[in-house]
Amino acid sequence: MQTDVIAAPASRPAWRGLIGFNLLTGIVLGIVGFAVGAWLGGMIGDGLRWVGQSDENDIAIFLGFALGLVGYFGGLGFFNYPISRLLGHPPSLREYDSEGWGRYFRMCTDHKVVGIQYLVVILIFFFVAGFNAMMIRTELLRPSPSIWPADTYLTLVGEHGTMMMVLMSAAVIGPFGNYLIPIMIGARRMAFPRIESMTVWMTLAAPIVLLSAIGLGGFPTGWTGYTPLADQANLGMDSYITAFILAGTALTLVGFNILATVFTMRAPGMTWGRLPLFVWAQVATAILMLLSAPVLVTALLLAVLDRTATTTFFTSGNGGSPYLFENLFWFFGHPEVYILALPGFGVALEILPVFCRKPLWGYGMAVAGMLGIAALSFMVWQHHLFVSGINAPLRPFYMLTTELISVPTGFLFINAMGTLWNARMRLEVPLLFVLAQLFNFLIGGLSGIFLSDTPSDVTLHGSYFVMAHLHYTILGGLGFSLFAAFYYWFPKMTGLQYNMRLARIHFWSVFILFNTTFAPLFAAGILDMPRRAVTYASYLQPINDWVSISAFLLGGSMLLFGINVVYSWAIARKPAVDNPWHSRGIEWQLPTPVPVHNFERLPVIVAGPYDYGVPGALPVMQPEAAAAPAGGE
Amino acid sequence: MILRRSGVRIGLVWGVLSAATVLGVVFGLGPHMPPGQGTPQAVDQSTTNTLMTALAAPVLILIPCIFIYCVVNFRQRGAQIQDGPPVRGHGPLQLGWVAITTVLVLFLAGYGTYTLLVTSTGAGGGQGPNPVAVPGGDPLQVQVIGQQWDFTYRYPGYGGVETTTLELPRGQMVELHVTSIDVIHSFWAYQLGVKADAVPGTDNIVYVEPTKLGSFQVRCAELCGIWHGNMTSVGYVVSPSAFRSWIEQQQREWAPVTKQLPPYAPAYYPEPVVRGG
Repeated sequence: MQTDVIAAPASRPAWRGLIGFNLLTGIVLGIVGFAVGAWLGGMIGDGLRWVGQSDENDIAIFLGFALGLVGYFGGLGFFNYPISRLLGHPPSLREYDSEGWGRYFRMCTDHKVVGIQYLVVILIFFFVAGFNAMMIRTELLRPSPSIWPADTYLTLVGEHGTMMMVLMSAAVIGPFGNYLIPIMIGARRMAFPRIESMTVWMTLAAPIVLLSAIGLGGFPTGWTGYTPLADQANLGMDSYITAFILAGTALTLVGFNILATVFTMRAPGMTWGRLPLFVWAQVATAILMLLSAPVLVTALLLAVLDRTATTTFFTSGNGGSPYLFENLFWFFGHPEVYILALPGFGVALEILPVFCRKPLWGYGMAVAGMLGIAALSFMVWQHHLFVSGINAPLRPFYMLTTELISVPTGFLFINAMGTLWNARMRLEVPLLFVLAQLFNFLIGGLSGIFLSDTPSDVTLHGSYFVMAHLHYTILGGLGFSLFAAFYYWFPKMTGLQYNMRLARIHFWSVFILFNTTFAPLFAAGILDMPRRAVTYASYLQPINDWVSISAFLLGGSMLLFGINVVYSWAIARKPAVDNPWHSRGIEWQLPTPVPVHNFERLPVIVAGPYDYGVPGALPVMQPEAAAAPAGGE
Repeated sequence: MILRRSGVRIGLVWGVLSAATVLGVVFGLGPHMPPGQGTPQAVDQSTTNTLMTALAAPVLILIPCIFIYCVVNFRQRGAQIQDGPPVRGHGPLQLGWVAITTVLVLFLAGYGTYTLLVTSTGAGGGQGPNPVAVPGGDPLQVQVIGQQWDFTYRYPGYGGVETTTLELPRGQMVELHVTSIDVIHSFWAYQLGVKADAVPGTDNIVYVEPTKLGSFQVRCAELCGIWHGNMTSVGYVVSPSAFRSWIEQQQREWAPVTKQLPPYAPAYYPEPVVRGG
């Protein structure tokens, strides 16, 4: 269905390009939709007792968001294809995946465009949420509220936590997963390209909806959204719920898209034993996304009903229970932390052999480790509720399953050590980040064992120890792997070089400052500092001042990264050499920039991706294989 | 041969560092390990914390040792790229690693379960309305009521009097009934080694036996609104005779209030916030 691009006539004025199905139309129709929905909700809520008494009309806000999102997706052009099919037009697989700038601002079914869109969205909001963290640390310089009012502080905490969770869930699988999975398995596209494109626009909308909470009075619950605190909250809670519903829906869609792609679209010869570990990690993550995210969406939809239709699912009394929300939330929430961790391990194990110049040590064990983590992660969620008053006989079971999960995680560590052993290591920036990622995750994982043990958890639950633990696993683990992936694949995805010296400075500063920021917080937690508290005991001020100053410097180090990205991508634009790392990966065998349809003819895979140093190893693929079937389009 | 020597070197460094760290953790840090020695529950938590730190330290030392050794010794520079030996694994080593980690983890889970159920009747954690680890005898009943943003305490054995500070007699098993009348809080008595969520409509039972005189810090450990961090107070463990005179004085002082209070119940169902229509 490839259509030739018709060059625009020279006489066409520039503003004509703005009209059509694109982001601008999406935003305009989104605002119109919000206004219509809010007006409708105002009409419905007018005579209701709650609205009259409290002057808070959740119905108007939710209807506004719902119709606003319909307008937004309609403006982006997501309803065109279903409507044209209803009108009897023939099916097609692709839309708007030609050349040119415009495709980055609209629905585009080219998975490489989607990957770049994801990367930009993730980077922008990573800095927004990081700026929230800076504001949080500014407040914590003093032991009592001094800079922000207490409610603003809680809103900052909630914005930071929720936005980071939403973004980091997509941080590796969004940009790098979408860009690389089809190439790595020898396919021309994802299985559902329109749905793939939809998820990136959802990932853009979710943080913006979340930020609207600031204008609606904020929300006090942090990223966990526990009731009944949420029932007390202002209209800002509606933004949290809508944003998380969007994000959860996007996770589900990404999950089944990746599973369908990898299961059905691998090139001939791409056996499960030759699948790159990056793809295996995304498969394990996709299973988690597909099975856990719908539970979150369901819980939040019930919360919407609680807030609009006077149901009582999550109130105590009237047949509801706050435990129901806690359980549904963590049934999603614990697999979620592996949705965050596993793609990072995929990046690490993908990059290690390239720079060690050795095959991956223990390929089968790595796959078993990832799938083992994925399977076990559904059986551990009540360790978040050890002291909540859940059914007491269950606690030993959840203690056992949680501690067992360190066994498959240990697989991945011995894979890394075995690959490093007797290697011919080239200490480039991506490898540095991978080593730091594994080190940070080691600390995060070991501190997690304390939290998995009920007697220890009684001391540590709800304290800064937990906060330090989760930042070690998510920022120290996944965040560092995101940097590794960025520095490794940036030359492929953009065809440009980044500033290597700035990258090395970024690595050393971010590694040192990350540890000086978060390691003292373990101590703060053990010394009884509760999480999310704007006031704390005055004897904790020295630790907090140290952490805040270190955090500001860490923010500065992240700015170095941002400067490097903008400078290399937009200003310097120095072309990169093909395959600068001498990798065997399929993505590096393709020309840069990768053609719209990736492969001229579908390749035949004849060797594994990590056969470094194997005498007489064949190249991974034979691109011009005569036997290649012309399927897929 | 060179590799074997490398292994021996790493093993030596790791052994010395680990031994020193473990000794330091057990004998240096151990006696001061939070939450302290104020109750058998806190002692169990401290012991578990020390044990975990002592077991985690060798792992935390081993892996960076190997990383650093590899980075220093197995590095290549220069434009010419050499490939390493195509080793794809080592069966006995892989199996051994799995076995060791599994045994360690099962030991920890077993030890945790033993602590939780046998030695200290729930290790100071909230067990919900139907506790499984129950002490014998006749514990002192105290209800802890969380509300935004303070804890209050009711003593059903003393006419259901409600007090604003928590005082407990030394040497007496206490049965705390933690509940809330608005949102979820978490009752955290740091030096007692007690933490239990206060959930509206739920009677969350904790057992604790204070064995040392002195004060303890009470905090809230679950986000409960803007003054979550201010939900803090000081409680006291006093001698049984001092406790008796204190509670009698409280009964006299609060008698007019006690008459107004709803009758003592395991949980209270205030009108929940129902939004919408």
